[in-house]
Amino acid sequence: MSLGYVLRRLLSAIPLLLGISVILFAIIHLAPGGPLDMYTENPAVSKEALAQIAAAYGLDQPVPVQYVLWLKSMVLGDWGYSIRTGRPVLSEIVLRLGPTLELGGLALLISLLLAIPLGIISASRRGSKLDSSLTLASFAGISIPVFWLALLLQLLFSVQLGWLPSAGYKSIGGGDFMDRLSHIVMPAAVLSLATIASWSRFIRSGMIDVLNQDYIRTAYAKGRSERGVVILHALRNALIPAVTVIAVDFATVISGAVITETVFAWPGIGRLFMESMDGRDYPMLMGLMMMGSLGIILANIIADLAYASLDPRIRYG
Amino acid sequence: MADISAPAISARPPQSYGRRVVKRFLRHRGAVFGLVFLLLLALTVILGPFFSPYTYDGQDFMLIGSPGPMTAQHWLGTDELGRDMMTRLMHGGRVSLAVGLAGAIIATIAGTLVGALSGFYRGWTDTILMRATDVMLSIPTLPLVLLLSGLFRPSPPLLVAIVGMLIWMGTARLVRSQFLALREREFVEAARALGAGGARLMFRHILPNAIGPITVSATLAVGSAIMLESALSFLGFGIQPPVPTWGNLLNSASSWLSVAPWLAIPPGLLILFTVLAVNFLGDGLRDAMEPRE
Repeated sequence: MSLGYVLRRLLSAIPLLLGISVILFAIIHLAPGGPLDMYTENPAVSKEALAQIAAAYGLDQPVPVQYVLWLKSMVLGDWGYSIRTGRPVLSEIVLRLGPTLELGGLALLISLLLAIPLGIISASRRGSKLDSSLTLASFAGISIPVFWLALLLQLLFSVQLGWLPSAGYKSIGGGDFMDRLSHIVMPAAVLSLATIASWSRFIRSGMIDVLNQDYIRTAYAKGRSERGVVILHALRNALIPAVTVIAVDFATVISGAVITETVFAWPGIGRLFMESMDGRDYPMLMGLMMMGSLGIILANIIADLAYASLDPRIRYG
Repeated sequence: MADISAPAISARPPQSYGRRVVKRFLRHRGAVFGLVFLLLLALTVILGPFFSPYTYDGQDFMLIGSPGPMTAQHWLGTDELGRDMMTRLMHGGRVSLAVGLAGAIIATIAGTLVGALSGFYRGWTDTILMRATDVMLSIPTLPLVLLLSGLFRPSPPLLVAIVGMLIWMGTARLVRSQFLALREREFVEAARALGAGGARLMFRHILPNAIGPITVSATLAVGSAIMLESALSFLGFGIQPPVPTWGNLLNSASSWLSVAPWLAIPPGLLILFTVLAVNFLGDGLRDAMEPRE
């Protein structure tokens, strides 16, 4: 894989991002009403003051002009100011990105730690009772509504048993490791369930493909133990196709994060999105949507590159 | 049917494609369960409300204030406004199933059209349509629906159209790859030699050969549409009360979770079982219609 290919992939993201920004900008700015609606009904805010606020945010300009201005400053790193809080969009997003990364990182860790063994077990006992129960479980995991699972966990562990706090990032005045762990456990479990279910299926089918290959038979013939064959020879190659799925699921995880953070009052960017929806905070919504799209595009590029570098049979220009 | 029972040369007459599909489908237990469940569910939510003594927005003024427990009159309890939950669930089921079906139909038509044009004409048509597909795939779906729904406040039919227009991309890529492969086959060349034009080649000759994968992805789209609408309604941006959907029933139940947990169980269970049944059905159809051998 050449540096040129990496650069080409990165450059190909630019027209994609431009297309996305045009669509999102059009949706957000052509919608009826606007962020200043909350002032129009307020008799204390005069028409002149309203016009002044609109001018300050550039909302008095035609939409295409607004777009060009937005694009120009976006490229220069100025993502505008939140209408709700008055603070810079980018720094607000970065501030709220921390909790989301914590939650997403833990969910990713849980998913990998559970999906890989589950997939291996399923594949090596193919057709057994255990395999079919795991298949059923993964179907259920993909089909369960995230928000309902969240409610059920809250009901069981917070309302009935009282073991875990029902929502929030940390207790007031608290914040030591155990306190934060008790807050993050439920949202992380909810966020990881769907990915555990789908990844374990992919690892299972990857393993089954690999286990049927000649070099696996050779390894057995050399006298390697079952465990040695599965872990040393098969798993490495079975994980390669799974890399693609991790990238594809990134988009699902973003949707899941919006729901999870809302139900558990987790102060990440998913919740920031819902808060910004309430106030029609145009610059913030635009920034968050672009951030999410950028994440999805980067995840796909990384998956492609990883795929190419892990599998020596694949060569991209 | 006496004429068919003429002495057979081979012991087993060759089965038609449809026959084989049905046979393979019936071997998939999960898919059969799924189909039966969906049919029973559809029957219940369509006919059920006619047998219910309550309407979905009818209030029992004696029960207003807080959710009522499960009783002989109200099997699944009442909500805080004194409305019968069982009746509301059945009406919600009508909405959810209708959204799922209509959303999937829209997504399948859009996806098939994009994929067919892309795979058949290739060249710049393909480039433009696939870049558009990439763009749609790169915007996170749920936030985008939230944005559209929150800013435009669409009517329920328009909302369904929006849901459908956000989940067509998988179908488009699938149909494109089918068309790319099928357009090179001899029967297409033969039809072209006989003077068939683009539209006729695409929809009369190629499309019927891709019907298996399209059916599977249409089935799975029903599940995605139901899930997406439920999430939207749960977050308060979908179909608005007093019209019940499983999602907004869960939304209102969530504020009474500690007092009336029985309200939060049935809507979620119904979403889970419905989506599960749809996914099993899709899996069974895949096994039946596109055997890997």
